[in-house]
Amino acid sequence: MHKALVMEVDACTGCHQCEMMCSYGKVGAFNPAKSVMDITIFDGGVVNVPSTCTQCEEAWCMVVCPVQAITLNSVTGAKEVSAEACVGCKVCTIACPFGAINYDPDTGVVAKCDLCGGEPMCVEACPTTALAFVSQDSTGYQRMLQHAATAAGLDSTKM
Amino acid sequence: MHYLIAGAGPAAIAAAERLRKLDSDGEITLIGAQPQPPYSRMAIPYFLTGKVGEDGTYLRRSSDHYKDQRIELVRGEVVCVDASAHQVTLADGQQFNYDKLLLATGAEPIIPPVPGMDDPRVQQCWHLEDAKKIIELAKPGARAVQVGAGFIGCIILESWVLREVDLTVVEMGPRMVPRMLGDKAGSLLRSWCESKGVTVHTSVRVKAIESSTQELQVILDNGETCLADVVIVSTGVKPRVAYLAGSDITIDQGIVVDEHMQTSAPDVYAAGDCAQGLDFSTGQTAVHAVQPTATEHGRVAAANMAGENNSPYKGSLNMNVLDTLGLVTCSFGAWEGVEGGDSAEMYNPDNYQYINLQFKDDVLVGANSVGYHSHLGVLRGLIETQIPLGSWKARLQANPISLADAYVGVNQAALQKR
Repeated sequence: MHKALVMEVDACTGCHQCEMMCSYGKVGAFNPAKSVMDITIFDGGVVNVPSTCTQCEEAWCMVVCPVQAITLNSVTGAKEVSAEACVGCKVCTIACPFGAINYDPDTGVVAKCDLCGGEPMCVEACPTTALAFVSQDSTGYQRMLQHAATAAGLDSTKM
Repeated sequence: MHYLIAGAGPAAIAAAERLRKLDSDGEITLIGAQPQPPYSRMAIPYFLTGKVGEDGTYLRRSSDHYKDQRIELVRGEVVCVDASAHQVTLADGQQFNYDKLLLATGAEPIIPPVPGMDDPRVQQCWHLEDAKKIIELAKPGARAVQVGAGFIGCIILESWVLREVDLTVVEMGPRMVPRMLGDKAGSLLRSWCESKGVTVHTSVRVKAIESSTQELQVILDNGETCLADVVIVSTGVKPRVAYLAGSDITIDQGIVVDEHMQTSAPDVYAAGDCAQGLDFSTGQTAVHAVQPTATEHGRVAAANMAGENNSPYKGSLNMNVLDTLGLVTCSFGAWEGVEGGDSAEMYNPDNYQYINLQFKDDVLVGANSVGYHSHLGVLRGLIETQIPLGSWKARLQANPISLADAYVGVNQAALQKR
């Protein structure tokens, strides 16, 4: 059973430490612009919403990639980008309806959450319970899946 | 069950792999005309720039992939489909019977009816073989004229500039990428290209190409003549369907398919650039000829061929993204707007930035953007889910840049209501 990154809006304080650690893990710099975890702050901090790739099962990005640069890591369940194989065509960045995979002009390839190989740094950085890395049979994960499916109104297995 | 797929591009491969997933026992045969393993035309521009080698354009990276998936690859070109006999014939005379047939024969370049197109220094940029010839011709310092500034033209343009050729682009439409970008976006792209040293002509046609041993003379209908060492023709593509001329299969712009990706003939389906399928935005059928539509077509067709999916397809959202010399442009859905709709716009020509959003009531239906590359996918999410924007519409009209916030915001609001 894979583990999943679960985001709980109510527990997020909008401190941005996850973005800092994410970018540090990905590019070695504390630069939220390079983070693949995003915190959106509403109403001056009343509501703070963490969002990143939810590793959809039949991921749009993976299906649409013309050079198989996005593949499933069967150990973690993450959909990972191969920087060597990615040509930078960006078609995945318009195909992902969550906007969770983005082009980085500095590298010439796309970047997305890869669950840090199974030890997500954002979760370590989170000082509350807003981010957790839990078993996929946990209630928190099932609830998030349901949210994602209904809020997005999309089901990639039936598209 | 024998599934036969004519074609070896993205729609064909997506369908073959989906079929294998849904039917582990079925026999799957794929017929491709190209000498290489199945490859992606979308990757050719990056082969031209040298970012990847030839194998970097292949649709699947492992040479054993098709064997592992038990997908048989046959080299050949389908020349005849006999739907009543459930049989296809290849150019070399081979015949194949099928239970279910998928036509995924893609598109082919449109050759403008201009005298002089047969000179070997006048090249298409469609097959990998064409790209190899162009690499030979486009030496640093060479003078190149590119005829056409559509989707493909604007992506391959970068490879000429990186190869340090002296480039002139001639587009007959009123702006660059006229089928994907509006006036402001197309004009921004033009001035961006000009700032990078590219000469751009719009609303200009090529009348003739005259050749001498030294050079080519590209004669334009505005009275000018461009001297060139190489001419690259990228004046658009059309569905490759000529082989169906004698069949009963209905052809309009492309092979017409219904909401199950089925053609007018029983057990014959079509997908990708050759197919005229349902369009999400209009409810009519259209030929999109873009990668997202091709892969989606392939998957939906496969589900129907395997009998696993009886729910009608909602249609594909037309969308495109281009990177032209570092300037990213994109379009989604009804970017030209809809009757009775309204719009929001942000125009910052000094920074080559532009966003245009089109609404129908409080639902996003289309968009164009220039100069942005973050969270573009939320445009698809907002359009395809048709989620009501509520108070976010006014906020987007005041500040179209806050798209990603709007996406998170409307979904969060929808969750809290549940």
